[in-house]
Amino acid sequence: MKQFDYVRPATVAEAVAAAAQPGATYLAAGTNLLDLMKGNVSRPDRLVDVTHLDGLDRIERLADGALRIGALVSNAALAHDAEFAKSYPAIAEALLSGASAQLRNVATVGGNLLQRTRCAYFYDTASRCNKREAGSGCDARDGENRAHAVLGWSESCIATHPSDFCVPLVALDAIVEIEGKNGRREIPLDELHRLPGNTPGRESALEPGDLIVAVRLPAAARGFAAHARYLKVRERTSYAFAIVSAAAALRIENGKIAEARLALGGVAAKPWRARAAEDILKGVAPTADVFQEAAWRALSDAKPSGDNAYKIELARRIVVRTLTLAAAGTPARIPALPASPFASTSGAIHA
Amino acid sequence: MPELNLTSAPAHLRHGSSIGQPMTRRDGVLKVRGQATYAADNHPPGMLFAVMAVSSIAHGRVTSLDVAAAKRHPGVIDVMTPDHKPQLAIDPEIKTNPFVFRMEVLQSDEVRYANQPIAVVIAETLEAATEGAVLLAPRYEMLPALVGLDAGESFVPPVVGVGNPAEIHRGDVEAGLAAADKQIDAIYETPPQYHNAMEPHAIVAHWDGDKLQIDMPTQGLMLSLGRVAELFGIAPDKIHIRSPFLGGGFGSKGLMAGPPVLGIMAAKLVGKPVKLVLRREQMYGPVGHRAPTRQRLRIGADADGRLTALDHHARTVSSTFDDFYEPAADASHTLYAAPAIRTSHDAVRVNTGTPLFMRAPGEATGSIALESAIDEMAWACGMDPLAFRLKNYAEVEPITGKPFSSKALRACYDQGAARFGWAKRSLQPRQMRDDAGLLVGWGMGTATFPALMFQAEARAAIRGDGTGAMEIGAHDMGQGAWTALAQIAADAVGLDIDRITFKAGTSDLPDAGIAGGSAHTATAGAAIHSAGAAVIAKLADLATNDERSPLFGAGNAGVIARDGRLIRRDDQSRSESYTEILARAGVAEVEARGTGAPNPAAMEEYAMHAHGAVFAEVKVDPELGQIRVTRMVGAFAAGRIVNPHLVKSQLFGGMIWGMSFALHEEAVTDRRSGRVMNANLGEYHIPVNADVPPLDVVTVEEHDPHVNALGIKGVGEIGITGSAGAVANAVWHATGVRVRRFPIRIEELLKGL
Amino acid sequence: MNHSISLTVNGARRDFVLDDPRVTLLDLLRERLHLTGTKKGCDRGQCGACTILVDGKRINSCLALAISHEGADIVTIEGVARGDQLHPVQAAFIAHDGFQCGFCTPGQIMSAIGMMQEAQAGNDPERIRECMSGNLCRCGAYAGIVDAVLEAQAGADETNRRRSA
Repeated sequence: MKQFDYVRPATVAEAVAAAAQPGATYLAAGTNLLDLMKGNVSRPDRLVDVTHLDGLDRIERLADGALRIGALVSNAALAHDAEFAKSYPAIAEALLSGASAQLRNVATVGGNLLQRTRCAYFYDTASRCNKREAGSGCDARDGENRAHAVLGWSESCIATHPSDFCVPLVALDAIVEIEGKNGRREIPLDELHRLPGNTPGRESALEPGDLIVAVRLPAAARGFAAHARYLKVRERTSYAFAIVSAAAALRIENGKIAEARLALGGVAAKPWRARAAEDILKGVAPTADVFQEAAWRALSDAKPSGDNAYKIELARRIVVRTLTLAAAGTPARIPALPASPFASTSGAIHA
Repeated sequence: MPELNLTSAPAHLRHGSSIGQPMTRRDGVLKVRGQATYAADNHPPGMLFAVMAVSSIAHGRVTSLDVAAAKRHPGVIDVMTPDHKPQLAIDPEIKTNPFVFRMEVLQSDEVRYANQPIAVVIAETLEAATEGAVLLAPRYEMLPALVGLDAGESFVPPVVGVGNPAEIHRGDVEAGLAAADKQIDAIYETPPQYHNAMEPHAIVAHWDGDKLQIDMPTQGLMLSLGRVAELFGIAPDKIHIRSPFLGGGFGSKGLMAGPPVLGIMAAKLVGKPVKLVLRREQMYGPVGHRAPTRQRLRIGADADGRLTALDHHARTVSSTFDDFYEPAADASHTLYAAPAIRTSHDAVRVNTGTPLFMRAPGEATGSIALESAIDEMAWACGMDPLAFRLKNYAEVEPITGKPFSSKALRACYDQGAARFGWAKRSLQPRQMRDDAGLLVGWGMGTATFPALMFQAEARAAIRGDGTGAMEIGAHDMGQGAWTALAQIAADAVGLDIDRITFKAGTSDLPDAGIAGGSAHTATAGAAIHSAGAAVIAKLADLATNDERSPLFGAGNAGVIARDGRLIRRDDQSRSESYTEILARAGVAEVEARGTGAPNPAAMEEYAMHAHGAVFAEVKVDPELGQIRVTRMVGAFAAGRIVNPHLVKSQLFGGMIWGMSFALHEEAVTDRRSGRVMNANLGEYHIPVNADVPPLDVVTVEEHDPHVNALGIKGVGEIGITGSAGAVANAVWHATGVRVRRFPIRIEELLKGL
Repeated sequence: MNHSISLTVNGARRDFVLDDPRVTLLDLLRERLHLTGTKKGCDRGQCGACTILVDGKRINSCLALAISHEGADIVTIEGVARGDQLHPVQAAFIAHDGFQCGFCTPGQIMSAIGMMQEAQAGNDPERIRECMSGNLCRCGAYAGIVDAVLEAQAGADETNRRRSA
């Protein structure tokens, strides 16, 4: 790990000023950053420790019915907040399906949004990676890439965003509050992460010094609580990143889908909102056929980036399944195996 | 480190005190308190930290290292390179005995595999040494890397495993296949796997003049001692190795590898104690692995489902500079009564660290292919897989025709199947579902592992205060040597286990052989048993030759040792305590040595194997293809069970490794660079707690008078065999999709779902 | 640059000067405070061997910078027994053979203690398996670990029941 200066600002403004300089990086829980630093993938000159800043670890209900989650709220604290889990069950389930209990105890809301890809060639400093070193090439493109992107990728980069949390968040129109050099601004989460294009190194809309201070769920997000699920296919039962995942949230009125939200994880460089598929679902009865149609629509632009064509079919199937589960209703308690196909549920949900 | 003393306090829950009792681990309290001292926990005064820099290419040469940049980093003391290092007494490329593997200890700038050590940075802090290694920024001259099972011309290795012929046959395989009513011809692939013991390889080396003190996990204290002595040109009695606990070994700590040698060299270079611990990613290279295989099985069966021929060929790899060949096809030697059997191997050389023994080397790899193929043949014959195996039950060892020294496999099949409820299995695949609609499949596999014996010696003593001592340089890597061997020792000297001092785990004790081949308890146990008998004989001499003793005249054969007394066999009212015997003789203690060794005559006459039957249930999501094992039952016959509590744990562990083999483990190698791309524990998947279902183990009673004096066959490795195939076969039974490439990946399954 | 740090470790306040901000809590404990019960298995948050309690919560100490934890209350495996009296989780691990080689054991035990305090898994074996999945065990002692946790949880439930009765 490279030597660095350690700075512990007292206020958000001090933090932003300290982090705006070249070579500076924010340190929150560090569960991803330290991993990257130990692998020499990230070699910052200065760490700006925001964990001691006041006021960023609160979960607040706002007057307009929105929920504001401070960027330093831990994944575990959020998922285990009873009121939160009841109102946004798919988010809680996604959080609890990620990483391990130890990591969730410290990993923060803000940090989760900004976690880096698990692409092995990004992590391996001896490999060529346009994301790590602009213009160096992409060794994943012809390499071991069965887990890589099938949507939104480019010849420059086929990496995926690994977050579980972001998938239901983006489905529920979460908004990111950012403090920067020019004060506070907010953007939809869907606009935070960028697709790679020719500049995969620019992963987000953040500018130097920008600090995510909160994530906000608009009032409407609560309306899906009765029919919201997150599902994740993994290569072991727990403690594994998604091969593909999906979040589905439905508002069902009089036997019809009044509104649908759908997003995919593990398929692109960003949590992938499937708006066209949502449109298909709006106003119709929740049937297997319409879920199939939505799944085809959600993946209509997908193409393999390597040995991963199966992910397209798998993504279609997980969309159908997640919609089916959501339509069946949110379980009273988050399953013992969150987001797992093996979550104990009653009644046959499989074809 | 304080001297380990496992006798002074009740460090365990006692349920009894001798062989066969389910005692809890005697080192349990130390381990649950964090007081068990593993190598990297040592910190002698003045100790420095050494960190290896490793190669990021798989083949070529290091052309430059920025030593100056590393040395500029505050706290860096020195950088050991091929140009700046202590000289070794012998060339590390020379194989001085069959258990010496070539190692990279900076003897040249040549790179022969990725993650090969190319320099060592020594610093005052771990942080400085770690960054120093990065600052070396090596440059290379790169040569094309040989990667994969088709990397080049194949050849037939001179031997496979430890001295087995590469090709063996009995009967006419081609004729058997030609005469068959049904034939299977299938190819199975297994990936490279890495031992990944939880404890990374570590050494703390401390030179004191010409004396060398080493803390290092090793499965072979004496082999390591000998290797260090010859490499550094010092007498073995100047070296002291302490290895009281291994944080897992699985074969990777059996033989001296390069990194600990580098630690000793670094300590010599700087003249201070040095600690060198491998980073997790550095364990994917210089410390061994299980080689990949591609296995072709051709099997014939007649109309009644009797095997007519079994042909098992395995392709594997070794490194470009040394030889170890995974003896995968040998798994077909012992289990099924085919009248014609042929096993053969070939290999290619690749740019990899030399493969090594990894828990059930050959047996595990071969077993998953053989058990899959047998399952396929049972299906082809329209037979239940258990009925098919019973029909082809080997009453004598098929490849040699020798009788088995004992074989309770039929009882394993019966008891395991009954416990599992196998009779309710549908013959057809994809017939069973659970309440949630998940596909359910049941599969089985036969387990087998040879009952081996190595050489060992032990020293026993009985002291004037009525206590005893047993000393043997045995190794506890988790299997429970501190407990099981002490149980054998207690019986051997006729004392309660709390009345003996049991010493193990250091190189100044008698040679216990290696902890490998599932043979450690048998081998060390036999030595302990024999040392105990010898010391009791000496004590008996003192008593029976002394007319003042109530045992006078009983003769050696006329007394038995129990509870600290010698008792006249023909008149149990006449006895005398050890204390009384020694006091009257005016002797402070009596001492004797004993040995354990294979019995060549018995080996000539009998085939010696442990056996078992494993039954597995999996559930598979019918659309998503995710797999979960939900139940496993294993029934094993492994001779005498010294400690059922620990044996159960060993067998559970093996079964989990089998599951891991079938579903999880794989080192993903970049086909261009030869580098392992998942050299970590996040993406090299081993099972987590949630992967492991309720497990059930039955140990089947088996008395074997031939394997060794104690009748022990060993349980360390057999659990993997059978289990891997059982899980794979259960996946087929659940889905109807036969995947022949392991681990079974979702994309392979999806093709058929 | 030196940084003064104070931590509470197993109930005792420790003040010291940190000469390097790169030091993780794990390396601080093991190499500087010589509390070597906490183990380093992967150093990347992927195995759980380094699990400790920080302010009552179980965390991977390998991914925590010591300097960022000024004022933290840390409990390690060395701090859970009371004299010769083992913590119930420790005793249950011995009784149920929840380990073989023992290297992951301190992390498993600290994780189990942390999990019981989180009160999410209760006495449901499936939830325990899931909640203990951040602690790898290569020997495969998972069955014993789950049984040990169940026993310790049953003991804790009994104690709570008596207290509230």
